[in-house]
Amino acid sequence: MNRREFLKGTSVLTAGAACLPFLKVMPAQAGGNETLVVVMGSTINSLDIHRSGTNRPSYQVAVNCYDRLLTFGTKTLEDGSLSYDYDNLQGELAESWEVSEDGRTLTFTLREATFWDGRPVTAQDVKWSFDRAVTLGGFPTTQMAAGSTTSPEQFEAVDERTFRITLPHASKLTLPNLTTPIAIVINSELALEHATDDDPWATEYLHRNPAGSGAFQVERWEPGQQLVYRRNPDWASGELPGAERIILREVPSASTRRALLERGNIQLSQDVPPRDAMELDAHPDVAVVSTPIENCLHVLCPNLRFEPFQDVRVRQAIAWAVPYEAIMQNAAYGRGVPMWGGDNSTPDDIQWPQPFPYRTNLDRARALMAESDYPDGFEVPLSFDLGQADWAESTALLIQEALGQIGITVTLDRIPGANWRTRALVDKQLPLHLENFGGWLNTPCYYFFWAYIEGNLFNSSNYHSDEIARLVDETLFMEMDDPDYAPKIRRMIEIAFEDVPRIPLYQPTLNVAMQPNIDGYTFWYHRQLDQRVLHSR
Amino acid sequence: MTHLARSRLVGWRLLQAIPVIVGIIIVSFLLTRALPGDPAAYFAGPAADAASIEQIRVSMGLDRPLPVQFVAYVQDLVRGDLGISISTGQPVMHELTTRLPASLELTGVALLFSIAIAMPLGILAATRPNSWVDHLCRAVVTAGVSLPTFFTGLALIYVFYYLLGWSPSPMGRLDFLHLSPPKVTGFYVIDALLARDLETARAALAQLLLPAITLGLFTLAPIARMTRAAMLQILEGEFIRTARAAGLPRRQVLFTYALRNAILPVITTLGMVFSFALGANVLVEKVFSWPGIGSYAVEALVVSDYAAVQGFVLTMALLFVTLNLIIDVIYTLVDPRLGLEE
Repeated sequence: MNRREFLKGTSVLTAGAACLPFLKVMPAQAGGNETLVVVMGSTINSLDIHRSGTNRPSYQVAVNCYDRLLTFGTKTLEDGSLSYDYDNLQGELAESWEVSEDGRTLTFTLREATFWDGRPVTAQDVKWSFDRAVTLGGFPTTQMAAGSTTSPEQFEAVDERTFRITLPHASKLTLPNLTTPIAIVINSELALEHATDDDPWATEYLHRNPAGSGAFQVERWEPGQQLVYRRNPDWASGELPGAERIILREVPSASTRRALLERGNIQLSQDVPPRDAMELDAHPDVAVVSTPIENCLHVLCPNLRFEPFQDVRVRQAIAWAVPYEAIMQNAAYGRGVPMWGGDNSTPDDIQWPQPFPYRTNLDRARALMAESDYPDGFEVPLSFDLGQADWAESTALLIQEALGQIGITVTLDRIPGANWRTRALVDKQLPLHLENFGGWLNTPCYYFFWAYIEGNLFNSSNYHSDEIARLVDETLFMEMDDPDYAPKIRRMIEIAFEDVPRIPLYQPTLNVAMQPNIDGYTFWYHRQLDQRVLHSR
Repeated sequence: MTHLARSRLVGWRLLQAIPVIVGIIIVSFLLTRALPGDPAAYFAGPAADAASIEQIRVSMGLDRPLPVQFVAYVQDLVRGDLGISISTGQPVMHELTTRLPASLELTGVALLFSIAIAMPLGILAATRPNSWVDHLCRAVVTAGVSLPTFFTGLALIYVFYYLLGWSPSPMGRLDFLHLSPPKVTGFYVIDALLARDLETARAALAQLLLPAITLGLFTLAPIARMTRAAMLQILEGEFIRTARAAGLPRRQVLFTYALRNAILPVITTLGMVFSFALGANVLVEKVFSWPGIGSYAVEALVVSDYAAVQGFVLTMALLFVTLNLIIDVIYTLVDPRLGLEE
């Protein structure tokens, strides 16, 4: 290369550099106050939460575009972040509500609100929407049943603005259940215009066209790419959102999401894996909020259908052998709440989840194994969901190593996401597996109902105890301030400590990373991003 | 080869494709049913019980016997209805028509990029065996195949987006400031140009650059290798020696006689690489959030989304048939001898 060619080369480079400012203009404009850009790794597959097949990430459309009768207030957690407050029930579409003396009749008065097309929200809309949820089947019907509402006869539109629910028995879960993303109020007249004989609940129409009264409308939806929310200026059920427009982009690769956030091209990243959360936390221009997920546990489940696990000493031996601290560091990257090392084998309070009275103690584990019917150990496969591999893979490896030291030979069994539900939760055939159930309604009895009652979906250990079954039956609908409640729950937890059909590893956190100038992020039990409260300073 | 003979060839090939496609329809139907896992249980949601799973099964039509399901599937197919993908909630036909152009655009540009580099490199390496050009060719080829695409992709993002800021944010086909151009072909760059929207065309091209280079680096290896090998073989041929002895100019010997004869295996390789890259660039699509057909198929497969998988397999089969046909026709254009065999 001679001098002339070299000079030519450098001038090309300079011309390239001159283009730079133009490229940088675009992101800077996008960062304005009016528009927020949010990224997530998963895809939204429907705008109708009641439709069968609607996936979990799509629930956020129900949260942001629809109103419910009730909502929860906000509280500040110890670390300064915000969370919904289970003890502070507030009206959303309901201006006020009354509970009858016997707790079986709930009467709601609706506030003056309008749907996006200008039609007023009436009690008839509420009735139609609830009828839809209990009739369509699948998840909405199951979730409505958690609040003891199972049939359309229970819902009554008394007049334009008065709506009534009649219950077969009083239940403390009914009101909180009305805050879930399932219990949304839909513009029934608009939906009915698009209903057909084959599709009386307008699932085809609402799948693509939300019809609500909520804070945001969907301006654009390109499945697999993005969803754009636009603020509804006439929203009546809460404080107007800070952002005029929110662009929700689907970016499958976690590394790309991270680069976008660190470069400042986006304002918030949802569902950050624990490892990225830990590393982003060290970044000066990124704020990370990790909130322990209420009523949720990552657990190791010995299945009682596998013969050695019918021996409670074997289950306890495993609970003493699990390397809790190492799992917390290597699988959760320190982002979790320890659920081991409790001091007492009888719980002091009804807090749930709370640490179990086990810690890593291989001598004690070996002693229990020696006492058991299987002193020479046995072989067992440990199964986990490949969709959960970000924590389950390293957890399983650590457990495999630890159980090897007490004579239990563990092989790893990785199950693809599509098969996981069927094999683990429906067939309940996996001898030893990792599970991560969390209950939306934050009461211990609700968790026990799903996870410790034989036949219920999340009891993948096939555990049965007459006493727990009786206690759950007695407490599930009982008010939490009833004097009988606390002793019964304490007894329930005590049995769970002793029998360990589910060995808690830790309580996971929900991690969200954002620009430091974003305010208002609030944790919700449904783990969806409430876009209504986000705003930039 | 005459015009008539060529259209006979095309017609004959299309006829031959029919049993292949029928076979693919049957096999893809049976294979998806043979996948482990129960889509009804999966789609019933997180807290479903046995009754609601059964409800979903009935609504998906999965409670009916297999032959009945198959007949219903074929009837829909004849009407051009590929069914509804349950995991994305969209008609499969719609998904394929939006995602296939995205993949074709990416793969096409990637292939142009790799041809532009690989063919000159291969020719140079063949004319100067064991020189530094040959070693460079070998090094590039080895690096191209041995670096996994997601790694190349992330490395390119890190350098050109994260450190230098030259490349736009890797957020798919367009960043959030631009709206997708009105759909004509489904190729964003072309559609934007058709709509005379230079700004969007430029933005779409800028989004395309890094993923196309990532994929191109991977695909240039087979093309360069094949060009080099074919050229080496041809250059040793007697007619080349004769041409050289007759004192023909070097350029004419190389391009008119050698390359034209060497190009056939290269075209075959190109066809294979193209169809392979179309379905196999899942990792590139993931890293660059590219809404292509590869990641769609993989996700559909993971959740046993029957309609989507069948639609994907069928589309790919049709694409292969078309591609093979095009290659055969190109053969007859390049080498007139081929047409005479009939």
